[in-house]
Amino acid sequence: MKIPDLLRVNEIFRGLWTTFRSMFERPVTIQYPEVKRPVKPRFKGRHALKRYENGLEKCIGCALCAAACPSDAIFVEPAENTDQERYSPGERYAAYYEINLMRCIYCGYCEDACPTEAIVLEHIYELAYLDRNEAFFTKEKLLDPVSDPGMDTPQTVEPGLYTRSIPEMKDPI
Amino acid sequence: MSEKVTLRIDDQQVTVEEGLKVVDAAKIAGIDISVFCYHPKLEAVGACRMCLVDIGRPQRDRNTGELILEADGTPQIYYSGILETACTVPVAEGMVVDTTSEMVTKSRQDILEFILTSHPLDCPVCDKGGECSLQDLTFNYGLSDSRFPLAEKIHLGKFLPLGDLITLDQERCIQCSRCIRFQKEIAADPVLAFYHRGRKANIVSYSNPPFDSYWSGNTTDLCPVGALTTKDFRFEARIWEMNASPSICSHCPVGCNITLNTRQDPKTGRKTIQRVMPRQNEWVNELWMCDKGRFAHQFTSSEERLTRPLARNAKGKLKPVSWGKAIKIAAENLKSHPDSLVTLVGGRLSNEDLYQLKLLTEGLSGKAVLNSYLAGGDLTAKVGLGKGTNLQDLGSGTAILVVACDLEEEAPLWWLRIKAAAERGAILIVANPRKTKLDRFANYILRYEYGKETQTILDLISKKGEVPRAFKEAENGLILYGAEGMDFVTSQELSGACANLLIKTNHVGRKNNGLIGVWPDANSQGAWDMGFTPEKDLADCLTGAESLIIAGADPIGDGIIEDLSGKFLLVQELFLTETAAQADLVLPVMAPTEKSGTFTSGERRVQRFETALPPQGECLADHEIATALGESLGLEMLKGSSEIMLEEITLNQPDYGSLTLEALCEVPEQRPIVDSDALSYTGTVFKNTSGVGVQLSPEAEKTEIILKKPSPSKRKIGKGTLAVPVTHLYDQGIMIRTSEILHPRLITYQLIINPKDADKKGFSDSSQVELKLGDKKYNAEIHLDPSVPEGVILIPRSMGIPLDGPERAVLGPAK
Repeated sequence: MKIPDLLRVNEIFRGLWTTFRSMFERPVTIQYPEVKRPVKPRFKGRHALKRYENGLEKCIGCALCAAACPSDAIFVEPAENTDQERYSPGERYAAYYEINLMRCIYCGYCEDACPTEAIVLEHIYELAYLDRNEAFFTKEKLLDPVSDPGMDTPQTVEPGLYTRSIPEMKDPI
Repeated sequence: MSEKVTLRIDDQQVTVEEGLKVVDAAKIAGIDISVFCYHPKLEAVGACRMCLVDIGRPQRDRNTGELILEADGTPQIYYSGILETACTVPVAEGMVVDTTSEMVTKSRQDILEFILTSHPLDCPVCDKGGECSLQDLTFNYGLSDSRFPLAEKIHLGKFLPLGDLITLDQERCIQCSRCIRFQKEIAADPVLAFYHRGRKANIVSYSNPPFDSYWSGNTTDLCPVGALTTKDFRFEARIWEMNASPSICSHCPVGCNITLNTRQDPKTGRKTIQRVMPRQNEWVNELWMCDKGRFAHQFTSSEERLTRPLARNAKGKLKPVSWGKAIKIAAENLKSHPDSLVTLVGGRLSNEDLYQLKLLTEGLSGKAVLNSYLAGGDLTAKVGLGKGTNLQDLGSGTAILVVACDLEEEAPLWWLRIKAAAERGAILIVANPRKTKLDRFANYILRYEYGKETQTILDLISKKGEVPRAFKEAENGLILYGAEGMDFVTSQELSGACANLLIKTNHVGRKNNGLIGVWPDANSQGAWDMGFTPEKDLADCLTGAESLIIAGADPIGDGIIEDLSGKFLLVQELFLTETAAQADLVLPVMAPTEKSGTFTSGERRVQRFETALPPQGECLADHEIATALGESLGLEMLKGSSEIMLEEITLNQPDYGSLTLEALCEVPEQRPIVDSDALSYTGTVFKNTSGVGVQLSPEAEKTEIILKKPSPSKRKIGKGTLAVPVTHLYDQGIMIRTSEILHPRLITYQLIINPKDADKKGFSDSSQVELKLGDKKYNAEIHLDPSVPEGVILIPRSMGIPLDGPERAVLGPAK
């Protein structure tokens, strides 16, 4: 037997060693959907509409998100708040809010345009649909849930308490 | 011609008419000087200080009066070092204006910073956002920071109703006083004023009901911020989300140019009108429009609209059928009643619809009839307004006679322009049995008794006196006539008398001269021109017919006739009117907003409107129905779009020969310059980009017109209280009744009488009474008005009491 042939046997063992070694390594496979991989902090997933601590919606129906949207995925129909039926602070709220997630390109411009930080791109990435209609996310689907059912909107509030649509900002610039 | 002056604005040499303000001269040169309080149609007040510019003037030697020259031979320019308001300083020869210097920019920043100290951070929720002058100018010139703490912003009332149609946000107001000045100077309804001082100064209305004016919507266009907004548009849409379609208002014969802003409705998925805005046309409506035109638009999307053809089944009920079936039923019935067809049309149809219906009627040898209480459309075609007339040019040297109409109620924009002409020095003669708002501006007021209209005008021809002389000697003369308190026959006599007066005084066939009919509908004049004429006795004409096509008219609802059974009745309508309810076949038609076409205004200006909305349900345009009907009857009909029809009209109607689509869409230069990029100058009025229309020449421009002198009929109506029909702007017609926003403004009373008459019978304001008209009795609410002559009851049209001419009536307490 020539010496080069012996070297080839050595190669086989080297390969087998790699196999053997990896048997003791931690696996990289994540058992999705049982196990979910954490995303980066600035990951832009599906939107959510936020609430204030008292349960009032942050969204004031200004439609600036719709104006900023490059793919025209957002549709907002505003309406008037009253103290008997208050959805958000100030005069105006979104009576109808819809995002067409088939159009959305997750650029986050809506988030930037929002004057009340009501719309936020969350870390939700499970966005598969069986039906096209499921891709239209209406206000009911987008709104954050409330911790206490009494805090759900519309609320009946004291008159004159929530007169400002835009929250007071310390340093607006 | 006024003198020309040459000045320099920002290195641009500009030559403009003497007397113009610097801000206007700059606009002509294409330079925008930012303004808040200045408006080219209003008196300048110089209140906002936003237009401050650096102005230099050439120096003159005190002794010789010669220009002092620099070493290089150019005039020496003296700058005072103090900024001046460009809105109040008139242009002068050799003036040098600097609108971009450091001092000017700094002053703009300071003014904006100052205004923003008490202006709320409302832009995201403000309906003006996107077309707000303050927003635009802050974006262009403002600083991003303020020296004033945000917490010190003054907070005032928000969303306060300033009347039934307008909302006031006090903290957004920047005290420019444009709304106050508009109401005082243009609308002559000085119902607004400032209350309080300094930063707390706010707008109040001191009329009852508040903001009682037909012009209130215009103040929201003028408002440079979102302080005044319409209730109609509150939180409906953002400005940039809407489409803008050029259109023509279909409520009155003025034919105001409007823009329809439309947007999809999320609930229905349909496109709907969000708001109606004026579109500049200096020949028709300038920059304004009345509240009826602005707010009565919801009828187009009303739930009450007919959306499918309805046919009467064997049980006698109206049931939906397909278009194919409907046309078949119509064709069969029209074939089986070959003679005595009558086609009755209303003035809401476009010229194209009317032309096609006329073709159909002629093909079936029927009679083409127009539903109008006003006569004289043939005369306006002969001695109507001369080509090139602009009511805005009228002033000293013009005599205007307004007879038998309350212009502000019937054609509001004409009221505005006639009033402005009177203020410019035109001789205004108002002839009416009662006091109207135009009387305030009249030089001569002719009062006559109801029934003596024609004699009053004939007296102007035959008798001598101050008024006849004033009218005769004026360089230009025009007459606006209506049909207040008249039936069709008297209206015919009156129009004849008016035409005679114009011919006798040589006020025909020239620019700024002629006859204008104050028609009941937007296109009544067009219907006359297309060959539809009213009948002296419409009821008789309808009874005599075997088959009827009624399009856009409601003779049963108007009380002209009570029963149309026993004939084949085909109705083309928007709503299920009383006539439609009796019909054998009801065909749903498009509203003017859903089709394109042309209207001929009372000034005989043909103007085009375009499709703004998709049709409701299965609605078709009237001309499409006429075409389908004609084809199924084997007639040779012209097929195609409204543009093709228009071409056909120009070929076959001699008057309309000069029209082309290009001519209709032509936009000559207009002043003031409306610029969608510089809203601070003219407010949020839409720029006209789709044509100002074409005015038709009256026959008198080509040939001499000789008319028979009419003699007033000597009809005796008997003694007792006289009931006469009048027209009110906010009546209960179906087009406004379906527009909810106007409901609080609509009149609720059916009768108007003098308080003295009411005292005699013991009635008070809004008491319920019983009115006996002939053999009919009506329960009605009365309204007291001292301007009504004693012994007369005014009955507004479209209020439920049908009355087509003066009649004796008896008032009694309600049972």
